[in-house]
Amino acid sequence: MTTDPMLKLESLSAWYGAARILYDLDLEVGRGEVVALMGRNGAGKSTTMKAIMGLIAHRTGGVHFNGRDISRLKPFEIARLGLGFTPEDRRIFVDLTVIENLDIGRQPTRQFADGHPAPAWTPEKLFALFPNLAEMPNRPGGRMSGGEQQMLTVARTLMGNPLLVLLDEPSEGVAPVIVEQMANTIVGLKKEGLSILLSEQNVHFARLVSDRVYVLEKGQIRWHGTISDLAANAEIQRAYLAV
Amino acid sequence: MTLNALLFQALNGLSSASSLFLVAAGLSLIFGVTRIVNIAHGSLYMLGTYIAYSLAMHIGGALGFWGGIVATAVVVGILGALIEIVLLRRIYRAPELFQLLATFALVLIINDAALWIWGPEDLLGPRAPGLRDAIEILGRHLPTYDLFLIFVGPVVLIAMHLALARTRLGRLVRAATQDREMVGALGVNQAILFTVVFALGSALAGLGGALQVAREPANLSTDLTAISDAFVVVVVGGMGSIGGAYLAAVIIAEVKALCIGIGVLHIAGMALNFSKLTLVAEFLVMAIVLIVRPYGLLGRVQAAVRSIAEPEEPIRAATPTFKLFATAVLVILIFMPLLARNSPYTLVLGIDVLIAVLFATSLHFIMGPGGMHSFGHAAYFGLGAYGAALLVKWLGAPMSVALIAAPAVALAGGLLFGWFAVRLEGVYLAMITLAFAQIVWALVFQWEELTGGSNGVIGVWPPPPFDKSGFYFLLTLALTALGVFLLRRFLFAPFGYAMRAGRDSPLRAEAIGIHVKRVHWLGFAIAGCVCGIAGGLFAFAKGSISPETIHVQRSIDGLVMVLLGGIQTLTGPIVGASLFATLQDTVMRQTEYWRALLGGIILVLVLAFPGGIVGAFTRLFTKRAAVT
Repeated sequence: MTTDPMLKLESLSAWYGAARILYDLDLEVGRGEVVALMGRNGAGKSTTMKAIMGLIAHRTGGVHFNGRDISRLKPFEIARLGLGFTPEDRRIFVDLTVIENLDIGRQPTRQFADGHPAPAWTPEKLFALFPNLAEMPNRPGGRMSGGEQQMLTVARTLMGNPLLVLLDEPSEGVAPVIVEQMANTIVGLKKEGLSILLSEQNVHFARLVSDRVYVLEKGQIRWHGTISDLAANAEIQRAYLAV
Repeated sequence: MTLNALLFQALNGLSSASSLFLVAAGLSLIFGVTRIVNIAHGSLYMLGTYIAYSLAMHIGGALGFWGGIVATAVVVGILGALIEIVLLRRIYRAPELFQLLATFALVLIINDAALWIWGPEDLLGPRAPGLRDAIEILGRHLPTYDLFLIFVGPVVLIAMHLALARTRLGRLVRAATQDREMVGALGVNQAILFTVVFALGSALAGLGGALQVAREPANLSTDLTAISDAFVVVVVGGMGSIGGAYLAAVIIAEVKALCIGIGVLHIAGMALNFSKLTLVAEFLVMAIVLIVRPYGLLGRVQAAVRSIAEPEEPIRAATPTFKLFATAVLVILIFMPLLARNSPYTLVLGIDVLIAVLFATSLHFIMGPGGMHSFGHAAYFGLGAYGAALLVKWLGAPMSVALIAAPAVALAGGLLFGWFAVRLEGVYLAMITLAFAQIVWALVFQWEELTGGSNGVIGVWPPPPFDKSGFYFLLTLALTALGVFLLRRFLFAPFGYAMRAGRDSPLRAEAIGIHVKRVHWLGFAIAGCVCGIAGGLFAFAKGSISPETIHVQRSIDGLVMVLLGGIQTLTGPIVGASLFATLQDTVMRQTEYWRALLGGIILVLVLAFPGGIVGAFTRLFTKRAAVT
């Protein structure tokens, strides 16, 4: 882990109406690191991602990205700094074709703080990464399978040439073969130099792709450590992850 | 009538369809992206006609006319952008109804601005240079300008279709129409997108208005006619669907043209005047379409707007302090006739206020806790008023019978219309309630034999002792207090809980065994019934009623009252109605520009108190409580 993290949460809290969902989360994602945010349904994984992205009106605490405080910025400003977001429910534009969906996500290429260029994406490059999408560039988003939509969501986010991606439950509700493909993709993205914060319920999937893990329960971080430590710690798994 | 005559009418219909389409397309575009139902869209259309008139008259010639039309579209587009930046941008997070209220305030302000600039007279523009002739088609003369208009609609339709499909802006518009929050999360600046879309949509309205300059005079009442026509077209075509808007514009314009073309038809000895049906026709078409295809001809199920506004607080039962306060107010009101012995006007005002309170509270019942935004609550008011007045007129019924009949008639109307309305949601529900109200209005207006048509019903006076305003005030107070109490009681009964549950999460409510549609249907009918009491009281208070009683203006007044007070509180409609009725009876009668004044007041309230007056007070007190 580098000394200067890409993403750093300081005591992040969030509310829906009067209901408090997140309690003082501290979390870091280093450059080039894949960090898994784990926990059961309702633990607050998606809320954490939305709060980072500025999609939750009521929140407190610090969010630092690439050396900047982004806690007061609007979602589009955050996205333009190179923070990509793929929501759990995918939110594909169903009226738009695959290629049009990608176009909506398009942003200029960018560099890391040290001047190193971030991975730059084009539809061609993304079609190479997701061959399924290459077969249906003109298909409307609404006529795709869940797995295809999942790939399109990730591809659409990558079109923004992000420095870090928030991947919300990439393995949820898709066929096992797609899950495997998704894991390969994440490993590939890491190799390209991207940082990833992914939310996940499945320890096996997390093991395939991530370096470190934060375990959430009832909106609080209960444990954090390396993925191998988690894999070896049956007690933590049983307490916070087992269904 | 001959086939040729019918075909000729069909051509006429097509040329009307074009400008209808331009207005509706702009409205649809703006709604799709910003989710704001811009009631002021019709005002922009009206301004288009006025501005094009001025340009054509002052510059003159072909440049003044044709150049003026283009310039008008640009000017109105810029005006739209300004409206978006200065006003709407501040209230995107406010509840949907607040946005409606703000744009309605614009309607009032723009109307008075036009009155101030152009005066009250109708202004007929010059004929179009180069298109002054008529050509002979089907044995009749069709103005070439009308022929030109027939082509304008499809040309704009194709241009918009290409722009939406082929340009990045078009793709952004389509994406934002579906999920604007996600578009923002992908790095698109919504503020700029919204402004651009608003400007484009407004320019279309301006263009539509400007093109009318050679056909119809500029007139101060076109704002509301244009917006209600445009609503119907957009809803029939499907919100956000440009192709649907054209299809709907053609269907409605054709139905209207055919009604005029058919004229009086004699069926089985009865004379049926179809040309009078034009008023009802478009709303009938809309009602039928909404029942068969709830999302319009080419519309889709709308994704719920992902709002980042805070969810609504649950309503709370009255605290002992509040009960004491309410009782004190009631006691003071009971002594009003004594206190205001020497000022009969105060009592008349008081009666108006009480009737407004009952009207607004019944509307709030379905709007707030029911979540059904009715744009046609005047229907039940009118049914009550006419139900009572007609009984008196035709059967000489005593007031007691008439006042019992009023809510009964309104209840019947509420049951009938509500059955259809609860099948729809959101804007569609609002529109079908408006449609029903317009149908009731048109029936009353045109069934002269029964209702007296535009002359209304006169001589509906209360018998002694209620002919004294003091006694009538007490009667009104008693019935209003009863109505308000009953509605409140309903809300804190299991029925009220079920209604709110159905509003907040229909699926979960169904899953625990609540028949959501039926509960909402009953709620709708109850609100209509109570509103009928207000209508009955109104008839006897005024002594005469006219179709004005059911006019869309009354429905909108009701919305303003509820929103002024604050929709999320139970006292809101009472405070809002009192304030509104008082302002209407006092301040607004004093000035020629009362509309602008009212609009200004509404805007200040919307911007300063986005939770309504009562909401603002509540927040003030809860904040204090939290500090201490």
